[in-house]
Amino acid sequence: MSAQILTQFMGALANGGIRIVDLTETLTPEFPTIVLPPEFGQAWPFRIEEISRYDERGPAWYWNNFSCSEHTGTHFDAPVHWVSGKDLPDNTVDTVPLSAFIASACVIDCSEPSAQDPDFLLTIDYVEKWEAQHGRIPAGSWVLMRTDWSKRDKAVDYLNMKPDGQHTPGPDAEVVPWLIKERDVHGFGTESVGTDAGQAMHFDPPFPCHYFMHGNSRYGLQCMTNLDQLPPTGAVIFSAPLKIRHGSGSPLRVLAMVPGKS
Amino acid sequence: MTQALRNPPKKDPVARSRQPTRPPGIRSRSALGLTAAAAEGRFELQQCAECGTVQYPPREVCVHCLAEHLPWKPVSPLGKLLVSTTLHHSNDLYFRERLPWRVGTVRMQAGPSVVAHVHGDLADGDDVRLALKLDRSGQAVMLALPTKNTPHMEDDKILRETACDPKFRRALVTDGKSAVGMAVTQALLDAGAAEVFLGDPQLWRKEPAFEKLAADPRIKVVPLDVTDTDSLERAAGEYGGKVEILVNTADMEREGGLLHAKDVNTARNLLDINVLGMMRLAHAFGPAMCARAADGTRNAVAWVNVLSIYAQMNLPARAVWSATKAAALSLAQGLRAEMRPSGVRVLNVFPGPLDHEWEQLTPPPRVAPKAVAQAIVGALKDGLEEVYVGDVAKEFRDRLAENPKGLERELGA
Repeated sequence: MSAQILTQFMGALANGGIRIVDLTETLTPEFPTIVLPPEFGQAWPFRIEEISRYDERGPAWYWNNFSCSEHTGTHFDAPVHWVSGKDLPDNTVDTVPLSAFIASACVIDCSEPSAQDPDFLLTIDYVEKWEAQHGRIPAGSWVLMRTDWSKRDKAVDYLNMKPDGQHTPGPDAEVVPWLIKERDVHGFGTESVGTDAGQAMHFDPPFPCHYFMHGNSRYGLQCMTNLDQLPPTGAVIFSAPLKIRHGSGSPLRVLAMVPGKS
Repeated sequence: MTQALRNPPKKDPVARSRQPTRPPGIRSRSALGLTAAAAEGRFELQQCAECGTVQYPPREVCVHCLAEHLPWKPVSPLGKLLVSTTLHHSNDLYFRERLPWRVGTVRMQAGPSVVAHVHGDLADGDDVRLALKLDRSGQAVMLALPTKNTPHMEDDKILRETACDPKFRRALVTDGKSAVGMAVTQALLDAGAAEVFLGDPQLWRKEPAFEKLAADPRIKVVPLDVTDTDSLERAAGEYGGKVEILVNTADMEREGGLLHAKDVNTARNLLDINVLGMMRLAHAFGPAMCARAADGTRNAVAWVNVLSIYAQMNLPARAVWSATKAAALSLAQGLRAEMRPSGVRVLNVFPGPLDHEWEQLTPPPRVAPKAVAQAIVGALKDGLEEVYVGDVAKEFRDRLAENPKGLERELGA
């Protein structure tokens, strides 16, 4: 039976019945990383240096060294990333259960209000209105907040840093525990540089999406792109982070499988 | 006659370890000339350029003619111990712990009379040889020693306090697979080290000489890579409380200048090993060593950095490597200042060109790894802070003092 399903699945991939959408930003040195107050440690941006390219450093081979943080580019947040998740079992990228890496997604379109207000916050009310149209969020599903933020010019408009901090959309402090308790979501994903809003350090609790999601063994995905190519429901997300010992997260390739034409 | 030092018995594991104290360390700016000489094992005093008077203690002007030009000159260290006394009481914490303590007055052949710490093998009226040594505060003190070596004289309390003798101590050699690392290890064992933790940064690489060395029962091979914080934490967790002398032999040396070696990767590797490696080692091993600086006969005493003479001025043919050695020297100076309150000495070693596989085309004279090792052990026994190994390094040092710009031009020629 399961062999049959896999055969059908591969067939659908081959004939376009299932389409793969790449939700991953390309890792480049100029891709912005989150900026913290200078007193805190900072995440390394992506950097790359050629080892050799069919030259005197290596005549028949081309390869590079690169460096970056666990939270650079399109990346996965494991529960241990936040203090609220520090003592949970299987909370690091190398121990997160494999089943967490494949999950369906509900994509909530917030692109219009986010275009009008960079501080747009996703609320319970907004989610309920989305549910009235697309149905109730099923348990174990990613909630992906589409803002079209990935279409903004990097890094200035994307980070949208003002003298009073970053202004980017995200969830408010009420919707996150509600999504966990009432909808049992798998995790939360965004297009902006973090899963929380730019001004989330002023929320109660600060950074509610990190605090509640990771404190409840849920996951985060951020710096994603192409969320506008996903249906509101029905997409399946494949997002397996690198297996870093005790890792708090990792850059990764995020793929969405969506129903195709045929 | 000096009692030979015995291998210390095991420590009472529930007794509070003695916390480090240090002798008075405040000196006038003039007196730091003594410290400069002692740091390199020289015996120098101020000698008036006008009237030739040798004076002690150091002052701003000549005691005889009031002239201000008082260059530091090597002078005869010989003299006569006029009289000595043994202290049985002190209000100073450092000396209180070490009583009884002998001090005396020495009349120098060079002129001045000095108050000095007196070696146990001397009697009043004896001819003596004075030595300038760094005490546990890192400042110079005068020691009166027998003119001829006496049996076990190095085991006398006052010498032991100013030296970092490997005898009965345990050492960590960070890169035990390098030529210098293996030579240092052998030299430490020959000098009576109780145990050497031999760092192995490349477990997969077979090295017959290393394996032969590791067969010695006093050797404990420890996986250790200075670029790997995790490996250092593991090694320090296991053995950090037993390291009394740390010799950082980890070094990566590569040819190449700046303009035509478009290779940031290699530069980064050099920095990672030569500079950040020392920093990681300091994080992992420094605090425990400082805490054990007064831990009995087997107290932590020294941190040794194997640098290069090119740390002091760039060799353009190995520009990036020189820069990392310069950065390591700067870091070592910072480390020295941070370790000084505990009394742990930071010894910087400046060899000239080394006779190893990464300097095959460097014309002789090149310094043999064994010579570096012997210089390190000698400097530890003498309690030095800086040691120059080989003729090239010694000449370099003098020319750097005389005409640094000229040296820069010559190195770049």
